[in-house]
Amino acid sequence: MTAPVTAARPPSDITKRSLPGSLMIHALLIAASLLMLYPLLWMVSASVRPETEIFSSTSLIPSSIDFSSYARGWVGLDVSFGRFFWNSLVISLLVVTGNVIACSLTAFAFARLRFAGRNFWFAIMLGTLMIPYHVTLIPQYVLFLNLGWVNTILPLVVPKFLASDAFFIFLMVQFFRGIPRELDEAAMMDGCSAWRIYWKIMLPLSLPVLATAAIFSFIWTWDDFFGPLIYLNDMNTYTIQLGLRTFVDSTSASDWGGLFAMSTLTLVPVFFFFLFFQRLLIEGIATTGMKR
Amino acid sequence: MSNAMRTPAGAIPVERYQGAVAEGRFRRLWNANAPGYLFLLPWLIGFFGLTLGPALISLYLSFTDFDMLQSPRWVGIANYVRIATADPKFSAAMHVTLTYVVFSVPFKLTFALLVAMALNRGLRGLTFYRAIFYLPSLLGGSVAIAVLWRQLFASDGLVNAALAQIGIEGPSWISHPNYSIYTLVALSVWQFGSPMIIFLAGLRQIPQDMYEAASLDGASKFRQFYKITLPLLTPVIFFNAVVQTIEAFKAFTPAFIISGGTGGPINSTLFYTLYLYQEAFGNFRMGYASALAWILVVIIAIFTAFSFLTSRYWVHYDD
Repeated sequence: MTAPVTAARPPSDITKRSLPGSLMIHALLIAASLLMLYPLLWMVSASVRPETEIFSSTSLIPSSIDFSSYARGWVGLDVSFGRFFWNSLVISLLVVTGNVIACSLTAFAFARLRFAGRNFWFAIMLGTLMIPYHVTLIPQYVLFLNLGWVNTILPLVVPKFLASDAFFIFLMVQFFRGIPRELDEAAMMDGCSAWRIYWKIMLPLSLPVLATAAIFSFIWTWDDFFGPLIYLNDMNTYTIQLGLRTFVDSTSASDWGGLFAMSTLTLVPVFFFFLFFQRLLIEGIATTGMKR
Repeated sequence: MSNAMRTPAGAIPVERYQGAVAEGRFRRLWNANAPGYLFLLPWLIGFFGLTLGPALISLYLSFTDFDMLQSPRWVGIANYVRIATADPKFSAAMHVTLTYVVFSVPFKLTFALLVAMALNRGLRGLTFYRAIFYLPSLLGGSVAIAVLWRQLFASDGLVNAALAQIGIEGPSWISHPNYSIYTLVALSVWQFGSPMIIFLAGLRQIPQDMYEAASLDGASKFRQFYKITLPLLTPVIFFNAVVQTIEAFKAFTPAFIISGGTGGPINSTLFYTLYLYQEAFGNFRMGYASALAWILVVIIAIFTAFSFLTSRYWVHYDD
């Protein structure tokens, strides 16, 4: 792990500031934080309010707390939200597995193995980072349709086992290059195969980057809407995002409490990752410049 | 390096050795390259089967009238001609998307930079603030947030309730064609967390003694920002601007949820990708949608090339 980015600064003219000045900054930042969080807090509070109170007040404090919206929303559609959560969880965990395995294999080849054409393929791989997925979307759809994969989770999962998320390959190559070469060279001398070096040396030393890739994979897959929208048509196969969208369409303006309760629930896993792995997420973004 | 290319020193090429030498050379080539290609195999299969192959096929389809029902019929450049001259929905989508890019990216980056600078003063609670400002970015891609946004800007929503308290009667933001796109811009700006973190990382690279020297010379805070911070941050600003612009061109989910998949009212939230989706999976005009996809690629490529070409005039790389 790198050092935390909040290293204390040596005091200087810049950081030594008057008490009123720093109070001002804190006041501004606290006000801005509240403004940023207000919509989220309002949604959570709307999910535990009595239905009549949701639109009558802008305050965050409900007059009485009542979890009946959760019970109602959970079974608000023909298929229960438990099923959607299960589907999302299965897809997300499979995508995490696929990304971690396939991208680390690929990154190991690029970062450590010597073979003819390595630089060429590496340049191609970086090039695929630039291509919007819309270009491959339609032929891929036709391909999966002919394979009989539409309405199953396969189109959402199998590509990940073929290292289709080039971004994570790039992330891992950067990390692998930082691991001292002496380690694998020594292992080579002792007659280790490439596979053993990957398995026994590289992977154990790369846990931080594997964790970062796993967490981002999970969150992006959990939040993905476009893929499931195209490939899943049967409500029993819906992910949580599709379920929520169906709920919006079916309840428009009837069960707001249930809608906000289910919306809140879909954010819980992401929030959990945020609480426990905040540093990994923030370092991942700061070092590679991620989009979200 | 592999020594497969080296002929044995002093070896006299005699006919009957040829076979053995070739075989040895092949084995050496194999031994040198096989592990790399075996590790690369999953990615290679994916690249040819899911990226290169489909990309070429969609290029071909963009010159056909493919509709999923019959086999594609070649129509030449008819799809492209129609997009360029006779498709009001394409013009609407282009207009909406460009409006979104032009408004969301500069505001997002400005907020990200201002907050990053406020946080870069070595104050207490930095991690806490940074986390709070990053949270919307992390949650932002989900349907739940789009649902919440739709409610915030509804005619009886939270924004209008807040405006009512100061005596302003707000419009129905999401169902008014003049305002609907700006609710989506606001949603994008709300998610300034990622560029903020990247700016923070960039600000930390600026040596403190530059500011100290400048203050000793009597440079004002504003002048320090203009003469030190801004020039040294240009690579980071450039990076964020390019990434966020490309992302904005590809935005989909919030517009889909807020407009119920229609891009309405009156195409005012018809993002380019939403129009592409409607053509491909609503009307099954797969050939036409392929042409739309390639035009998107060309637009993004032109924008990126233009950015890199103009960057040498304002991005300051300190080599």
